[in-house]
Amino acid sequence: MTAAVASAGIRDNPWLSFAGRRLGRFVVSLWVLASTAFLMIQLVPGDPVRAALGMTAPVELVNARRQALGLDDPLWVQYGHYLRGLFTGDFGTSMSSGLPVAQVIGDRLPGTLKLAVLAFAVVVVVAVPVGVVFAVLTRGGRRRGVELGFTSTTVLLAAVPEFLVAVGLVALFAVALGWFPVAGRGDASAFVLPVAALAIGPAAVLSRVVRVEMLSVLGNDFIRTARAKRLPARLVYVRHALPNALTATLTLGGLMLTGMVAGTVLVENVFAWPGLGSTIVQSILQKDYPLVQGIVLVYGVGVLLVNLVIDVLLALLDPRSTIRES
Amino acid sequence: MATGVGRRGSKWLAAARTPLGACSIVLLTLVVALAVLAPILWQDRAFAVDTDAIGQGPSGTHLLGTDSLGRDILFRVLVATRLSVTLAVLATVIGVTVGLVLGALPSVLPRAAGRLVISVVTIAVAFPGLLLALFFAVIFGVGTHGAVLAIAFAMAPSFARLAQTLAASVVGRDFVSAAKVAGVGRIRLLVRHVLPNIGEPLVVNATIGAGAALLAFAGLSFLGIGVQAPDFDWGRLLNEGLDGIYLNPAAALAPGVAVVLAGLAFNLVGEAVAGVVGVRTRSARIGRRSVPAAGTAAAEEHGDDALLVVENLQVAFPRPSGWTVPVRGVSFTVRAGEAVGVVGESGSGKSLTGLAVSRLVETPGVVTADRLEFAGTPLLTTPERELRGLLGTSLAMVFQDPMTSFNPTRRIGRQLAEVSEQHQGLPRRKAFERAVGRLRSVRIPAAERRARQYPHEFSGGMRQRAMIGMGLMGEPRLIIADEPTTALDVTVQRQLLRLLARTRTEGDTAILLISHDIAVVSQTCDRMLVMYAGRVVEDLLTGDLAAGPRHPYTRALLAATLELDTDRAEPLTVIPGRPPEPDRVPAGCAFAARCPAATDQCLVEDPVLESVTAAHRVACWHPQEDAAPERAREAVTAGGAE
Repeated sequence: MTAAVASAGIRDNPWLSFAGRRLGRFVVSLWVLASTAFLMIQLVPGDPVRAALGMTAPVELVNARRQALGLDDPLWVQYGHYLRGLFTGDFGTSMSSGLPVAQVIGDRLPGTLKLAVLAFAVVVVVAVPVGVVFAVLTRGGRRRGVELGFTSTTVLLAAVPEFLVAVGLVALFAVALGWFPVAGRGDASAFVLPVAALAIGPAAVLSRVVRVEMLSVLGNDFIRTARAKRLPARLVYVRHALPNALTATLTLGGLMLTGMVAGTVLVENVFAWPGLGSTIVQSILQKDYPLVQGIVLVYGVGVLLVNLVIDVLLALLDPRSTIRES
Repeated sequence: MATGVGRRGSKWLAAARTPLGACSIVLLTLVVALAVLAPILWQDRAFAVDTDAIGQGPSGTHLLGTDSLGRDILFRVLVATRLSVTLAVLATVIGVTVGLVLGALPSVLPRAAGRLVISVVTIAVAFPGLLLALFFAVIFGVGTHGAVLAIAFAMAPSFARLAQTLAASVVGRDFVSAAKVAGVGRIRLLVRHVLPNIGEPLVVNATIGAGAALLAFAGLSFLGIGVQAPDFDWGRLLNEGLDGIYLNPAAALAPGVAVVLAGLAFNLVGEAVAGVVGVRTRSARIGRRSVPAAGTAAAEEHGDDALLVVENLQVAFPRPSGWTVPVRGVSFTVRAGEAVGVVGESGSGKSLTGLAVSRLVETPGVVTADRLEFAGTPLLTTPERELRGLLGTSLAMVFQDPMTSFNPTRRIGRQLAEVSEQHQGLPRRKAFERAVGRLRSVRIPAAERRARQYPHEFSGGMRQRAMIGMGLMGEPRLIIADEPTTALDVTVQRQLLRLLARTRTEGDTAILLISHDIAVVSQTCDRMLVMYAGRVVEDLLTGDLAAGPRHPYTRALLAATLELDTDRAEPLTVIPGRPPEPDRVPAGCAFAARCPAATDQCLVEDPVLESVTAAHRVACWHPQEDAAPERAREAVTAGGAE
């Protein structure tokens, strides 16, 4: 290696190889996901078309529909069609509405995304400062009372699943107090309760994690170095401790964000929110398999994307993680 | 095996004795009792249709109101306990079983197939349980059976992962290797040796998992995918209750509360058992520490060039048993440009003295002193805000372990630069340029490029030099170096000490070098303080070391130093015994128990640090007079032979 290459290469190479490896894993996972979603329909016991059209549907209609869906072709031909369809954005046709699945998803996805992103933002904005403040307050075994109160409150909040939180919130703020609408999607106030229902539990969990991580980071030698530089306490906590505490926080945050994607399914159903979650439940009940398959794919890709973003962020925050992996 | 079962039983018992454990076990017992009894007692009332009382709110006859057919909500919620709990437990049992099989497969299957199973599990674990459950609900169909299987299969991957992790930790142990050597087959190995040893954590996690399954089942039934009418579990009741939430909120809230309580019961029992392994002891409250009177002689005269003045410095920490005082009245002075060494065994309080002097001891530690001044500024009384500028630019610290003393997430250059940004008001770029210059001055090659690297890209010696460079960002008048060379190899040690010496002469900087290595100190420093059990026992010029230190401990330390000409045939010289623990320092001289010259007086009265000559102080009732350290060596080895 020449000197010129070395100066550029040493800095870039671990990143390049990390990005390559991680992208490779993402692509493989995508393929596994797509194939699983394909297999799902094959694994449904009985004839999905018969199931969708009902027992009373005439045989000719069922056969015609099977033909139209290509269900009588050999498996590998169907698989080929299916994969080709995915590349061209063709997810098939909804059996119940006759609309293209892609169109239904396009209509419903924004509603769900808005909920999930807003809720995640609320979780981060609330949990990180709360966790840091309580870590600073209770470091070195100080203020046992505060610690006990914080821990028991967050444990309790985290134990209640989001759809029950949602029901509680509806009963209190919509029915009893009438501050917010019970259901549906009107103006901004309609967002308050669903977002709160999604965010409360994860915010409690995350603030606990942030506190514990901060406490362990504050015990590190490099914090003593930062203090020896006589930086103001604020800088020691925010600039030196927090980024190191964020590694574990982000890992968990990613898990929670994917969990939150699932949480939207339940919360949307509590609030009759016009999103993917209410749609997938309806389509499962109506046995609208192409639509179920499409939505499963969207959720799956969402989870994989979140994991990818988290890994990249982790690598940026903590440069050692790229090396550790190799 | 019998002892294993006994220990396991006692662990559950111990869990029941903690307040949390007791509560959760009572709660779980209640849930189980309801599951058994409620359908027997109240089945009829839960199904009794009353068309006169449809969708009513809570009343005397119906405590929680009625549903859309006039059925009593309270009894329906109570009766639903059995189905809800049964389904959750059933799903958990299936899920754990499937998970165990999945987890065990890789160790039984051929390599390639095993790897496939592992990667499938890895991908599945990344998905939230509810999404997996929905996915399996599509395959297994809507309804009770489908939902049980869906939740079971959704749980399976995480249990497979758990089993794999646990099994991997067991497989590495000796008794499994022994069984392998003895020719035990794979499956037998798994069933007889691996499974019993991962049973306990699996049961704990399965208990917690049952709580999660209960919540998940309520979720599926709530969505209409789980239990179907006319059957009902809590999720189903919640679903029906939500429709009439304006008429009777209790109909939606009651099953919700039931789900949370039952879920918590399972969860807490699991957590309580898991927590028993590491029971936390609560520290008792202790009162404020009273500061003992000065143990030293009247304050000595400090010259005009005194940079650091320390008188009767004490550092104390609260312990459950009371205050422990690892630094017990240390007094010394460092003059401008002087290099002073602090030597002593580990636990002698030398590092803590360095931290206390630089105001880095954090609460709950308490630092007191009759006088603690740096560059004329009292450090204990001046507010921290005012001290920051002075200490940030004039006092530099170098710590023992260069591997952990830099922040791993920030570039070296930035870590240096922030000193100048903070205390000298330099803008980012100027500060960074200064950092590069300082790195160059501590002989870091390609400083410009190195400044943009992270600590993990530096070697240990280079990091320690960068640490000194960080100290030089200001105009340090004192560098406190705490074991700066201990973690480094000998050649790097040399370079570093030379760098410190050069820094000292170039900037007229004083150095306080803390080290357990008397040789390092005597090479680098003008003067040295010998510490023992939180006190300075001798303060002498390093030049006088050859002429003979007065304190028996210093002599013993010196005698225990290995040199190139040490006769390897003779036994290694050691100091017999161990230094006292900080919370168990004896009444008299702390070294008396190990001292060959100790008398009765030493056991009762603590000697004070007193001047012998102008530049020599010693705290000993029987200071050694003769110049030959050889005698001390004999005395110590004789002591060691006892």
